[in-house]
Amino acid sequence: MNTVIDTTNGSLYWPIDDEAGHVPYGVFTDAKIYEVEQERIFRGDNWSFIGLTAEIPDPGDFKATYIGDTPVIVTRDREGGINVMTNRCAHRGALVCRSARGNIDELECVYHQWKYDMQGKLIGVPFRRGLGGRGGMPEGFRMEQHGLDTLRVDTVGHLIFATFSDKVESLRDYLGAVIVSHIERICHSPIKVLGDERQLVRGNWKLYAENTRDPYHASLLHLFHTTFGLYRSTQKGGSWMDDKKRHTVLTASQGTDEGKTEGYDGLRTFNAEFTLKDPSLLAGRKEFDDGVTLVILTTFPNLVLQQIANTLAVRQTVTKGPAQFELVWTQFGYKDDDEEMQNIRNKQGNLIGPAGLISMEDGEAVEIVHEAIIRDQEKSSYIGMGGGKAEDTEHLVTESAVIGFWEYYRNTMQIEAGVS
Amino acid sequence: MELNKLTEMELHYHVERLQGRYVECIDDDRLEQWPDFFTENCVYKIISRENHDRDLPAAAIFCDSKGMLEDRIVSLRNANVYAEHNYRHVLSNILIKDLKDGVISVQSNYLVMQTKTDGATEIYNAGKYVDKIVADGDVLKFQEKVAIFDTHLIKSLLVTPI
Repeated sequence: MNTVIDTTNGSLYWPIDDEAGHVPYGVFTDAKIYEVEQERIFRGDNWSFIGLTAEIPDPGDFKATYIGDTPVIVTRDREGGINVMTNRCAHRGALVCRSARGNIDELECVYHQWKYDMQGKLIGVPFRRGLGGRGGMPEGFRMEQHGLDTLRVDTVGHLIFATFSDKVESLRDYLGAVIVSHIERICHSPIKVLGDERQLVRGNWKLYAENTRDPYHASLLHLFHTTFGLYRSTQKGGSWMDDKKRHTVLTASQGTDEGKTEGYDGLRTFNAEFTLKDPSLLAGRKEFDDGVTLVILTTFPNLVLQQIANTLAVRQTVTKGPAQFELVWTQFGYKDDDEEMQNIRNKQGNLIGPAGLISMEDGEAVEIVHEAIIRDQEKSSYIGMGGGKAEDTEHLVTESAVIGFWEYYRNTMQIEAGVS
Repeated sequence: MELNKLTEMELHYHVERLQGRYVECIDDDRLEQWPDFFTENCVYKIISRENHDRDLPAAAIFCDSKGMLEDRIVSLRNANVYAEHNYRHVLSNILIKDLKDGVISVQSNYLVMQTKTDGATEIYNAGKYVDKIVADGDVLKFQEKVAIFDTHLIKSLLVTPI
């Protein structure tokens, strides 16, 4: 059986079978599919991650960011509430907020100085009643009808999410119990932001969504993981999804494979000769009683929450057309970290981000796929490790969560099943 | 080399020569020699202006020993996966800000252009170096080198030092 998907150049067959997952390459490159994704995914019935509560702690704080490619503003109002609005003046459509972050009394559009409060309500229109009896807004002009477009907003742990949808279930129901419990595990006490890193990846955003749901690649692409035992597929761990298979949590526990490196002999990424002159890079501290040392948690469509050794970070995907996306890394620690722990986090920061000894390679993996799939749009990938089904696993030799992502993606994009 | 016996022009000459040799070493891909520009207990950091201006510590690269610099290069040569590329540094506005207790504080502007195998050269990273330089026998070395970059949207990834 095949599924048909509309593209710029006509239709594309999406092969479905029981043995493995397949994704036609056109899904990553097509402009029409990207447009539909903006409406049905990023502006549709899903919750997008937009920031950490610690980024806007005080009344008047704001942050400008994006959901997909739609510019939005996140604010903390006088009452301490969090608000999310489209970053677009209700008058003539200009950006209201032109700084990345800051603290202000009110939002003001520079074009005609329309003013909004921190909840997006219109509070000021210059020359509203005209000047000297001339001009002015029409009789029927009502301030309350011209506020900024507001979004639904909610938090879990220290993470802020927003949605354009009136229909989507509550955030907790959307994430599901397993994902919520893992977010709350990491968000167990107040955090402080350690800084942002930004990476422009020249590939489709869904290639990164696949990458972060894929424990199969982690020990084969990243030598640091394998050689130093930060992650190996022989470790205790697994891959779990929510009921709709859209979100994933991958966990692994260092030191649970008793140094067994079965299967890794002869592989590029296992090199016992490779040692560090200054091993302080990897001298960490046990942080969680459950012994889990690696968590890669993804929520559909745009978040990764990670714990790799003692590094904690969120990664937000901002789409910039079908062929590139920005990955915003925000590292954090806990407010009560002692000096030693602060030093550990700063030093292990070398492992992650665009220059991360581990994570730099994921950007490269995305780019080499995107470059190779630019033609032959009807051909497809083969995703079969672990049995080719979207099932939870108690091991790490699997691509099951990648298949789960694509099942939910097809449902969200309303790609109807058809027979070829 | 006794720094306080040098004239201002002599000091400037030595500092400029160190900076020139440093970027030449990277641009010519002699990265195994790159750690030798630093003292044993050095600090080398590449951090965005976005974080630096907010006093936030998150750096792209943060090393606090020469050993960590050597590990970065061994990792670049043997472990990491990235596209082939070359750098071309352009240095300007080298300013000696201070000389105190044998430490020269120097600031300079840099531009790194990157060329990949497709032959296209693009501006990859622009920023300033904030350095602390000391004499080690007859040569100057970096006790601290902080590259604060304006280009906070890093194209693809960062593996080669700046």
